[in-house]
Amino acid sequence: MRTIEQYLPDHPFFAGLDEPAVALLAGCAVNVHVDAGRMLFREGEPADRFYVVRRGRVAIEVRSPTGPIVIDTADEGDVVGWSWLVPPYRWVFDARAVLPTSAVAFDAVCLRGKCEADPALGFALMQRVARVMYERLQAARVRLLDLYGAPHGAPR
Amino acid sequence: MAPLADLAAGPSTDAARGPMLPRPFRVEQRRQDTRDTVTLVLEPLDGEPLPFDAGQFTMLDAFGIGEVPISISGDPTRPGPLEHTVRDVGSVTHALVRSEAGTLLGVRGPYGTGWGALDGAGGDLLVVAGGIGLAPLRPALLEALARREAFGRLVLLYGARTPHDVLFADDLRSWRDRHGVEVDVTVDYGTPEWTGRVGLVTSLIPRAGFDPRNTLALVCGPEVMMRYVATALVDRGVPAGRVRLSMERNMRCGIGLCGHCQLRELFLCVDGPVLAYDRLAPLMAVAEL
Repeated sequence: MRTIEQYLPDHPFFAGLDEPAVALLAGCAVNVHVDAGRMLFREGEPADRFYVVRRGRVAIEVRSPTGPIVIDTADEGDVVGWSWLVPPYRWVFDARAVLPTSAVAFDAVCLRGKCEADPALGFALMQRVARVMYERLQAARVRLLDLYGAPHGAPR
Repeated sequence: MAPLADLAAGPSTDAARGPMLPRPFRVEQRRQDTRDTVTLVLEPLDGEPLPFDAGQFTMLDAFGIGEVPISISGDPTRPGPLEHTVRDVGSVTHALVRSEAGTLLGVRGPYGTGWGALDGAGGDLLVVAGGIGLAPLRPALLEALARREAFGRLVLLYGARTPHDVLFADDLRSWRDRHGVEVDVTVDYGTPEWTGRVGLVTSLIPRAGFDPRNTLALVCGPEVMMRYVATALVDRGVPAGRVRLSMERNMRCGIGLCGHCQLRELFLCVDGPVLAYDRLAPLMAVAEL
């Protein structure tokens, strides 16, 4: 397996960041492995990490009286979590590995510290997180339409 | 042949029947695909098979209730019974999905333009389906699989509402495991036992391994979904003229006379339903057209 410093530059989320910036971010990161069925984080817990999925699949879930409801999945190359960036830094969903999952986990306090110390890096990171948020928001809006549920065309 | 059966078969030529008179077909088999969707296998009473191009539709008549356009979901490379996959969404389709073996239905057609999947030979073929949109695309995939060696990668991206709404699950497994089709399925709403993807079908496009400059893309599903998919494909580099969509409007006559399916200058029952995105894009941008 490649080291974090080798892996990050090829990841679409980090594309365009220069080598020193990637090295700076990699200083906040560790590799983690989560078995299928185990939680990465739970709703209400401090959002102290940010994950880049290297392999496997993570389900973003909401707990309900009838069981967990999966609202999204993150696969190889996806990132998980943005609550680490926005006060009060608390997870609003659960995240569970549905397949054996390897990820790069970033320490949120470390990342925030580096962003504050280096506003250009902070802006670059914020742009990337905003893009992920934008894509997820768009997807959520389209899914609200329930396109496959409502027959399209004339109901006949 | 008994005289009555002979009469029931009706006139044997299109000219004799006239374009609005359906041919009688008998339901030979009814397969429950999902909670609200069935596939009907139909045999013509006159024994004459109905050749069709992948992507074409027929007007299917539940006698005494009404007639609806339904895409053909069977194999165009094998002459034999006609297959239609029907979702229960209204009074006519409700009657159709409840048709048991032996029921007589009327069939007019086939009508409209086909996918032209073989135009993709020499390159990759990408099929993107949403919901019941997989049914009209199944013949295109079967046609491509019959000429598997002519294509590079065959990729199927499929979005369904829930895991229980995934159509043709046996086909999907067979295409993936035995025919080298790269099948990727996502659902809008997961279930606790579902370990597959949850999310929009468009999220599968950046991951799919096709060569955008040498790909023919066939897309079918709700129009909003097709618009987003077409945009994502063009953004990835597939030329708009190589993205084909199957459009749906209120088809009634099927032969370009009544105008119910008009989309500005197009009559979708004869000019479509399958059209290239470079022609459709300006029309799809017009509100309420």
